[in-house]
Amino acid sequence: MAQRTPLYQSHIDAGGKLVDFSGWQLPIHYGSLITEHQAVRENVGMFDVSHMTIIDIHGAGAKPWLQQLLSNDVSKLVNNGDALYSCMLNNDGGIIDDLIAYLIEPSRYRLVVNAATREKDLKWITEQAAGVDINIEEKSELAMIAVQGPASHKALETALTAFRPDGAALAWQKISALSRYQACEVNGLFIAATGYTGEEGYEIALAADLAETMWSCLTNAGVQPCGLGARDTLRLEAGMSLYGNDMDETTTPYNSALGWSVAWQPEERAFNGRNALAGEYKNGAKQKLCGFVLDEKGVLRSGQLLYQGDRQVGAITSGTYSPTLKKSIAFGRIDSDHEGDCEVQIRRNRLPVRMTRRVFVRNGNPL
Amino acid sequence: MNIPAELRYTQSHEWVRLNDDGSITVGITDHAQEQLGDLVFVETPEVDAEVSAQDAVAVVESVKAASDIYAPVTGSIAEANGALADEPELVNTDPYNNGWLFQMQPSDGTEIEQLLDAEAYESFIGSES
Repeated sequence: MAQRTPLYQSHIDAGGKLVDFSGWQLPIHYGSLITEHQAVRENVGMFDVSHMTIIDIHGAGAKPWLQQLLSNDVSKLVNNGDALYSCMLNNDGGIIDDLIAYLIEPSRYRLVVNAATREKDLKWITEQAAGVDINIEEKSELAMIAVQGPASHKALETALTAFRPDGAALAWQKISALSRYQACEVNGLFIAATGYTGEEGYEIALAADLAETMWSCLTNAGVQPCGLGARDTLRLEAGMSLYGNDMDETTTPYNSALGWSVAWQPEERAFNGRNALAGEYKNGAKQKLCGFVLDEKGVLRSGQLLYQGDRQVGAITSGTYSPTLKKSIAFGRIDSDHEGDCEVQIRRNRLPVRMTRRVFVRNGNPL
Repeated sequence: MNIPAELRYTQSHEWVRLNDDGSITVGITDHAQEQLGDLVFVETPEVDAEVSAQDAVAVVESVKAASDIYAPVTGSIAEANGALADEPELVNTDPYNNGWLFQMQPSDGTEIEQLLDAEAYESFIGSES
């Protein structure tokens, strides 16, 4: 039996069509994926992301331990609330998961990891923490709501005023001051200017028993509930990878277009996978993850093979129909020496695809 | 849920309309289009192809997934709905009329009688959910 998030009843009430996603009952859409997608690109939408796993790490040894655990360097987190995208690698340089790390206060960090990888992440983290002076605390009592879109700022202000009239002005002052990839704690809410859509927006972690009230305040502020379907089309258009599709333990940051998230300086930082990745860092990886566009009719899907003539040069890792571009887009992993366009096998047909950059849409506009 | 009484149905959620000339028109049901969500691409069968009942002959793709459409009876493909190339959403908005997928000439005119009637289809989808 799949678990329910604290917003289960809100989804039912909003007409959500629920599916099992990594052991959670979550809405795939509330009627129309395309309407939800467009709401986020043009106005504002919200997602229940309570299934994601929040892990707090605290103690004197937290910082040096995270510097070993993560491929990106948490010493880049200077001010309380600063956030950082990183991979968590095994010793072979394979990607165990991707995550966001926040500095909450000195010696206290928060990791937000994927739901599908929760068990293996916790196992790995626990093993890595053996004998280290830190506490690891899974915050399963927290719900999380992502509010995304060009009107997210205004909608959140309206919703927060209704959610807690006293103190809303002060809270709003702090939220308004957030830069991208920064978070703050106000009135028991942990609000981060982060997201998975390529639009402005916020991710709000809050106590489970407040989630329904917050959801209804956001609904009243005109925010469109959005399901997992729109979450996938939005992230793909925005050039953002999905763990399990575009990366996993058999891939590395360098063949997953995530080399930018590996911090090689300072040289003495011995993060997991550093030695294994040194060759790819210096000489490049054998494969690369690129964007693809299908100009003909059809839909690119994960697993479809890419060819140049008779030679198989790669495969699609994530594909969908782009509601913004009105054609199919995808990410694919392809031999690094391959340049230019190729063909995709869709059922019995081979169709030409264009190789592109991975970001297709930013701030509502096709690139 | 719209399940027109005059049509026949399959357990794979196609509807079948018997035309005056003995040909049949095939589409997907209102229930099916609702389950699939917004359709963005339809691959219709090749006209004149000889097909057997339950062959996968067409594909409808929503944003999320591709689904096969099966021939409800044995016969030849007589026509495909060309309008769906540019307007696949017709299957969502008008599944029983402008959203039809293809027409067939059945080899055996009585085969259609073995398909579900509206009442049987309604109880079938009730038992599925």
